[in-house]
Amino acid sequence: MKYILMMHCPRKGYDSFGAWPKKDIEAHMAFMHNYNKAIVESGEFVSAEGLADPHEAKIVRAGKDGLPVTDGVFPESKEFLAGYWIVDVASPARADELAAKASAAPGPGGITLSIPIEVRQVLSGPPDEFADQSGIL
Amino acid sequence: MTPGSWDTASEHLLRDLAPQVLGAVIRRFRDFAAAEDAVQEALVAAATQWPQDGIPGNPRAWLMQVAFRRMTDHVRSEIARRRRESAVAVPCDEPAPASGEANETDPDDTLILLFMCCHTALTPSSAIALTLRAVGGLTTAEIASAFLVPEATMAQRISRAKQSIKASGVSFGLPAHPERTERVRAVLHVLYLIFNEGYTSSAGPQLHRPELSSEAIRLTRAVHALLPEDAEVAGLLALMLLTDARRGARSGPDGELIPLTKQDRSLWDSRKISEGVALVTAALSKGSIGAYQLQAAIAAVHDEAARVEETDWPQILALYDLLKRMSGSNPMVLLNHAIAVAMVDGPAAGLDLLNALDADGRLRGHHRLDAVRAHLLELAGDHPAALAQYHTAAMRTTSLPERNYLLTQAARLRERAP
Repeated sequence: MKYILMMHCPRKGYDSFGAWPKKDIEAHMAFMHNYNKAIVESGEFVSAEGLADPHEAKIVRAGKDGLPVTDGVFPESKEFLAGYWIVDVASPARADELAAKASAAPGPGGITLSIPIEVRQVLSGPPDEFADQSGIL
Repeated sequence: MTPGSWDTASEHLLRDLAPQVLGAVIRRFRDFAAAEDAVQEALVAAATQWPQDGIPGNPRAWLMQVAFRRMTDHVRSEIARRRRESAVAVPCDEPAPASGEANETDPDDTLILLFMCCHTALTPSSAIALTLRAVGGLTTAEIASAFLVPEATMAQRISRAKQSIKASGVSFGLPAHPERTERVRAVLHVLYLIFNEGYTSSAGPQLHRPELSSEAIRLTRAVHALLPEDAEVAGLLALMLLTDARRGARSGPDGELIPLTKQDRSLWDSRKISEGVALVTAALSKGSIGAYQLQAAIAAVHDEAARVEETDWPQILALYDLLKRMSGSNPMVLLNHAIAVAMVDGPAAGLDLLNALDADGRLRGHHRLDAVRAHLLELAGDHPAALAQYHTAAMRTTSLPERNYLLTQAARLRERAP
């Protein structure tokens, strides 16, 4: 089963990350590198991306004419998606376990950050074969 | 070859044969899209059967036979489909048995295929995908995984690329001379993009995807073998080898990016460096200097310095001067030229050139301009300004390893500040 692990960070997170001591930035990056490597090696990695600074984040909606109407979200949002992993795991508990591991990434002074990680199942399973046989799904 | 001894060499054999077989099938059936599918099926069949049964005595003939059979099935089912769809019988010839001539492969086929796949009617991403499949013999799944996109997405990209080729009406043949030079340039550009995608990953958390760089080198080698007199082909191959030679030193144990000046040069691949240097030296002596040869020459000067202090910056500057003249005023070339000027005449001279680039406007908001400025400001001793520029560059880059690198640079300066 697939899960998405969404790593959130506060609005100011990107700026404050850049202000950490060098060795703490390096330790954090090394942690993330090894985390990615471990889930690739365990065969659970599907994809992962880090997102750019949210200063230009915006919400787009279709206007009456179907053309994009955009709002900057940064004035209201306290938290932003900083990046995500999609993992293919054997159980929901394993998804939680992986989320907790990522959450424990070190911050300034090597103290764990307890990053909030939102865990959601990805709708990637095949339709149930019995439902399929039912003719009405 | 005994069963079970399937290895990289066997896989290379299969993939070297791919464009030759495809060329023969297209010449026989005149349908690029269907022929490409048929050859892909033959390659998949070979990849499953050969490791078990051993490589056949004449692997090319084996592939050709399977592909021809698939094509014949395809043509028959097309005829049947048209008959079903049309009340009027459509006159349609049954495919004739393959003549001896059509079974021959032609060394130019690989080149013709590259011309088709890299046609300017295609978007770069389509041209890249199609080149890797039709000429490189990679499967759609392999290409999708190299570009970190779902297989269905890549399949669609390839199928659209084939439609564009059909719509553009390009014929399967070598273009005449003035056009041919232009088409070779388009091919080299696509190969360069494939190499770069592998060397500086534009997506995902990894810095390198070596399989793409190696594939680009393999394909460029094939073009060089077909066009040994083309100095720019040799130049591009040299550039790839001289750049790829540094791959092992370019990232640290935690995946962090290590710039040229900080690399452990003992990790550089001396075999690739010698090959690259020999190629570019021979190419330059031919007298038709081009941008790839100049870039390769610059890479060679870097690679030939055993220690960073021994780098021959005046020579690099002279090469950038030539490149600048040759490439019009490509802003990326101007940016690298400014670095060379700074290394020869001091950081202030380089910073002046960056100001001119600000005024030019084409690099506005581009992180490379900020990153170079940060570096030159640091050389000039203005650490607070350098720190701010590193930070701006970090926020602007779209590469994760590069962002991490720039943030570390900023942190380093902050800690050095009194």
